[in-house]
Amino acid sequence: MIYSLVGYYSLIIGLIIGLFLFYFSYKNFNNSNILNTKILSFSFLQLFFVVISFLCLIFSFIVSDFSNETVFNNSHTTKPLFYKISGTWGNHEGSLLLWLLVLTLFIFLFLVRTKNQPVKYKILTLVFQQIIIVGFFLFLILTSNPFNYIFPIPTEGLGLNPILQDPALAIHPPILYLGYVGSSIIFSSVLAATSLKIISTNWAIHIKKWILISWIFLTLGILIGSIWAYYELGWGGFWFWDPVENVSLMPWLALTTLLHCILVLEKKSILTSWVIILSIATFTLSMCGTFLVRSGILNSVHTFANDPERGLFILVFLFILIFLSILIFFFFHKDNDKKSFSFFWLSKETSILINNWFMMYFLSVVLIGTVYPIFLDVITSQKISVGPPFYHKLIIPFLIPFLLVMAIGPNLKWIKSQLEDKIYLISFLIISILLAFLVLKNFNQNILINTILISSALYLFFITLRDFFVNKYKNISQNIAHFGFSLLILSILFNNLFASEIITNLKVGEIFENSKTKIVFESVDQKKEQNYNAIIANFSISNPNGEEDRLSPELRIYNQPVIATSEADIKTTLMSDKFIVINLVQNQDFFNVRYQVKPFMLWIWLSVILISFGGIISFIKKRS
Amino acid sequence: MKNKILPFIIIFIFGIIFVIFYKGLEDSKIYTPDINAKKEIPDFNTKEFFSGENMKSSNIFDLDKIYLLNIWSSWCVPCRQEHSFLMKLNSDNKVNIIGMNYKDNFKNAESFLKELGNPYKKIFIDLDGTLSIQWGAYGVPESFLIYNNEIIKKYIGPLNQELVDEINLLIK
Repeated sequence: MIYSLVGYYSLIIGLIIGLFLFYFSYKNFNNSNILNTKILSFSFLQLFFVVISFLCLIFSFIVSDFSNETVFNNSHTTKPLFYKISGTWGNHEGSLLLWLLVLTLFIFLFLVRTKNQPVKYKILTLVFQQIIIVGFFLFLILTSNPFNYIFPIPTEGLGLNPILQDPALAIHPPILYLGYVGSSIIFSSVLAATSLKIISTNWAIHIKKWILISWIFLTLGILIGSIWAYYELGWGGFWFWDPVENVSLMPWLALTTLLHCILVLEKKSILTSWVIILSIATFTLSMCGTFLVRSGILNSVHTFANDPERGLFILVFLFILIFLSILIFFFFHKDNDKKSFSFFWLSKETSILINNWFMMYFLSVVLIGTVYPIFLDVITSQKISVGPPFYHKLIIPFLIPFLLVMAIGPNLKWIKSQLEDKIYLISFLIISILLAFLVLKNFNQNILINTILISSALYLFFITLRDFFVNKYKNISQNIAHFGFSLLILSILFNNLFASEIITNLKVGEIFENSKTKIVFESVDQKKEQNYNAIIANFSISNPNGEEDRLSPELRIYNQPVIATSEADIKTTLMSDKFIVINLVQNQDFFNVRYQVKPFMLWIWLSVILISFGGIISFIKKRS
Repeated sequence: MKNKILPFIIIFIFGIIFVIFYKGLEDSKIYTPDINAKKEIPDFNTKEFFSGENMKSSNIFDLDKIYLLNIWSSWCVPCRQEHSFLMKLNSDNKVNIIGMNYKDNFKNAESFLKELGNPYKKIFIDLDGTLSIQWGAYGVPESFLIYNNEIIKKYIGPLNQELVDEINLLIK
């Protein structure tokens, strides 16, 4: 009760502070060359009140205060404490409060950490960020108040969706948001820098750190979401091209491209238009993603409640931001790239530019695949759904040149490069093709495209591996990230090519056997936990080499709300995952059993961690 | 000159996107669009559920009767939910309910019907999901109201009391 009250009024105070900040910024901007200390302290106060509000919501969840509508809708007394807390952001209102928390946290950190930049720039960044913050305050207070009362007070809550009761999913939103919402600071600062015309090498060095933070968290956030989907949804895949996944992938693509443009800007002060547009695009795509999944225009796991009023608010707000940035871009930005600048065809910046265009292409494929069904529905009233084949067909062929440029590019020099002493580039290519052919020789399906794909991924792999030894610690972050990417592509390809699956119905005690695998359904146990009851099936799976694994998938029946879920049991080894999941067939004593062997699964996760590790190193590395 | 026009073009494009999203928002709650209404039912060959004998679509649907084609599956949880409504509709005897068993295993499907009852006048099978594609179905469960070999209305997702009332109103 008291928590809701404190939480709600903290939000109102936060909003008022936001308005004060506009006023201070206006005064400070015109009159002084030193940052007013009031601005700093008020930003801190705003952050403080948002934190208070957020803590209040967490406490309401912990004490199961069902007079709060959000808690009532998403919690239950029998839930373990951990999921009571994570339930705070497992719903629309709470996750928006988290948005706000990240927004205010980042602007405060920005003001504190930014040195050696003009005061006007800092103030203007604050103003643009406050526009976003105030927008979200209004959105939260007007349409999605997390502290709504219900009376009479219910004695019990409705419970959290069981598929969200999972450790990976408890940390997925905060991590993802740090990247997703963190990109707002890039947006604000790029608008400020464009307005003041201070986009330069110096600015690039300063903003690069912020881009890296967002990028690292976004990468890790997507990874955790993907791991969760792999073991929890029980489909045995890790990426489904679901709209929700796409809306996190799009900012990631834009952000990755931006990261590379910033590197060029840092060295040569060119590509400024790229940097500005990509910075705007990244945050706009994040907002657009929020709009798509929260308004109910697309249906997905993340669509918590379909309220058109909410959708309309974000939509209008999103387009205000878009128009604002377009105006600023065209009004203030004069392309200074014109100073007799030309790209030499064989240089680092040319290769970055080529791959930027490829990234833009991938981005547009994902964007079109995600929003095209909406457009078609509105214009022609036709309903279509766009599935994995669309993305695979359009993306995979273009990965080949992309990978090649990615391998060669870092080995070229800035401005102009020669082809002498680059014989190793050719020899590695031949080795990769031969190796890929040897691996795939015994496969008859699509041998040509797969050989080319795998050889280009292998090529990147070998080249980056060589760079580790030749270049020593020069560009180590880039090298690690690119090496990780080659591993990622290789693992995904092998994972797809060599996966195998068995689907069968088995009773307890029965045995399934084919030439490669023997599945014995040994026994069934029961388990009773605080928030669910489970049936555990014990399987022993062996192959002709005499290796034996014991796997125990579960069927869980959660009590609040009553939902049955299948928990896959996965045995992860270095080279492959064994994945088994069971389903109950009504009124039958047999279970539907699905057993999959997925090679290189672990490597997919590891390579993404490696990619973000490259970002982390770049972040902590001191400039030489 | 070129640079003067460009901003307007871009703003115009985003304006259009805004309008489309806005329109999309209005429709977003309607999950059962009646745009597919008055469409001829497809012509197809299939197998009868219990006997496994070949069947033709023309033998299933007669011209002057009202049918409710229901796509279901034993593994589909929402199908369980809506089953009681189908049973009720069947007992009212105003509409002939036809079942399309979607990507299912005979044993499981049979026990599903044994447990919950069989509201279907006829059941045919769609083993690989191709028939559903012909019908333009998105998934299970889904129901089509059919009269004179024309689809009058399509219901995506499980039926509930509200929709059953609507069906009763339509077939009056």
